[in-house]
Amino acid sequence: MPAAKTIRAIGHRTINAVWRIGMATRFFFLTLMYSGSSFRRFHLIIKELFSTGVMSLIIIVVAGLFVGMVLGLQGYETLKRYGSESALGVMVALGLVRELGPVVAALLFASRAGSAMTAEIGLMKATEQISAMEMMAVHPIARIVAPRFWAGIISMPLLAALFSAVGVFGGYFVGVVQIGVDEGSFWAQMQAAVDFEHDILNGVIKSFVFGTAVTVIALFEGYDAPPTAEGVSGATTRTVVTSSLVILMLDFILTAMMFGGS
Amino acid sequence: MERTGIDLWVGMFVVAGVAALVMLAMKVGNLGTYNVSDAYQIHAYFANIGGLKATASIKSAGVLVGRVESISLDTQRYEAKVVMNIDKRYQFSRDTIGKILTSGLLGEQYIGLDVGGDTEMLKHGEQLKKTQSAMVLEDLIGKFMYSKAEEPAK
Repeated sequence: MPAAKTIRAIGHRTINAVWRIGMATRFFFLTLMYSGSSFRRFHLIIKELFSTGVMSLIIIVVAGLFVGMVLGLQGYETLKRYGSESALGVMVALGLVRELGPVVAALLFASRAGSAMTAEIGLMKATEQISAMEMMAVHPIARIVAPRFWAGIISMPLLAALFSAVGVFGGYFVGVVQIGVDEGSFWAQMQAAVDFEHDILNGVIKSFVFGTAVTVIALFEGYDAPPTAEGVSGATTRTVVTSSLVILMLDFILTAMMFGGS
Repeated sequence: MERTGIDLWVGMFVVAGVAALVMLAMKVGNLGTYNVSDAYQIHAYFANIGGLKATASIKSAGVLVGRVESISLDTQRYEAKVVMNIDKRYQFSRDTIGKILTSGLLGEQYIGLDVGGDTEMLKHGEQLKKTQSAMVLEDLIGKFMYSKAEEPAK
């Protein structure tokens, strides 16, 4: 009976997914619980900040520049029809600060730093470094997971802010320097329209939430990966796919809460 | 604790991130724009404020002189009460007229102050007596249509 088999497979997958969500939640709280000791050894967090934050700088800055430039071009083309090219600054800044900055930076962060985290921890597990640590009475979550978690949370808002800032300059470059939109109205309208609390702070909150989600998913997938070469590669793929979807889903929820209906 | 190259890189990363945030707040956002620190308050009643919002600018001769502090409906008069913060450096006569104007055709609305000839100046807590409400496009069109309808057919 192929139908029964399909239904059984669907049910199995659903139960499995719920199971993993539960495990990930427990893993998240365990990480929070063991975070205290990683703050006492702050050099571990610094080391992870280097590999997650500093190493993601180039991709974030270059991507931000190009996204800002594209926004400048496309925004100009659209706004020109309504004769309001001077609102280009508003469009570029609001688009970046509210949405594209946090979301695209988080997507890049997931594929640049998240996948690396999963692969690293998965390989540690495959080569039994984690079991060795447990034998030495070092809790692997406190030693390996928690520093990476905090490094991810700290670096994500900073990366998103850099992305938006560089993007605004990209939009400025295309709009003002190349196309010739009036520089004064570009900045003045932007400053009049972008509110610090409503737009910038909400963008920072978004990137903070995305950073938490991406690092938790990446660390959990790595920690839970089957200790084989195949298992680690599968876990890395799952990290990128799951965290990208979760980022976009969370973005909708957060946007609806922050900007919806007002 | 010894210093390592990583510390320098991480330090630079954090500084760059914070600088980006500050730049967003100051240059992109409205935190860096004109803050009325040393100000006195006056208020005015408008029959209709149109799309005026709190923090909207107050200009006189095109120069930014203050910000709208709050807007509320006065249920005694059923008019909008607008409280304004005006920079202490600028004094206005008591017969100053407050108008709600629009910057550009579709721009944001602001309050324009037209100074009169009174020698006495407005003090903290006083009221602008003369005001002019915002132009509401529907009213204008309505008036125009009525005046057209009243004209005798040719």
